[in-house]
Amino acid sequence: MFMSSFFMQKMLKTGGKKVEEKFQIVDNYLIVKVPEELDHHQSVMVRQNADKYLLDERVEHLVFDFEKTRFMDSSGIGMIVGRYKKVSCFGGKILIANAGERIKKILSLSGLEGMIEWID
Amino acid sequence: MKKEMKMEFDALSENEGFARVAVAAFLTPLNPTLEEVEDVKTAVSEAVTNCIIHGYGPGYEGREDESPKIYIHSTIEGDKFFIEIKDKGIGIENVKQAMEPLFTSKPELERSGMGFAFMEAFMDKLFVESTPFKGTIVKMEKQCGHISEKANEE
Repeated sequence: MFMSSFFMQKMLKTGGKKVEEKFQIVDNYLIVKVPEELDHHQSVMVRQNADKYLLDERVEHLVFDFEKTRFMDSSGIGMIVGRYKKVSCFGGKILIANAGERIKKILSLSGLEGMIEWID
Repeated sequence: MKKEMKMEFDALSENEGFARVAVAAFLTPLNPTLEEVEDVKTAVSEAVTNCIIHGYGPGYEGREDESPKIYIHSTIEGDKFFIEIKDKGIGIENVKQAMEPLFTSKPELERSGMGFAFMEAFMDKLFVESTPFKGTIVKMEKQCGHISEKANEE
């Protein structure tokens, strides 16, 4: 069963079990606080940590919280698509929270809309 | 009046942020819109990332007297912004194929294959020249800072 937008927003604010500053676990969700600039350099770090927690904590869904993110390029797209391939194998979903206009434009331009769900 | 800027830096992923911010600062005299600044930053980031992971990626044999470097040459002429981003890496054998959206030679690195597509989408013009084992140069241009006036004319 999917959480409502309202509940999800509340969850993003209050946070759950903190495994690390930028990564939190709530129920079946891994919440990733996306860095300010999601370029090639940062994408590699997010990928390594996200994969570690997906495996260690056995969560099903992945939430990318873009609240603090001001920049993203195609490296970020590759990272999200890669995570989608992982979680979707086991019925998991990718959720995108608090994305600004620029981030939304880049995600749509890359044809990711079928892979993700928005939380605004 | 023509303005010119050149920079040269180590081909390391941690320098990607520095490169796009420096170029964005050079762009300021054109009085670009926020969107135009973001467009240029994204395009620069794509080109610089390509130099690092492809140009100087696997297959690149370094020279002892030279560490891998990225060269940026940018000019402003009137309301037009020009930029060239160059590496002396392995080059691209088939430029046409490399520029196709979703094409990537490095799926194992989770590359989206959208780099050139983004450069094309966010800039007015894009040219790519490459010589295998010599390097690649990406040339782009964009008109900036006149969006509002144009809109008024129309």
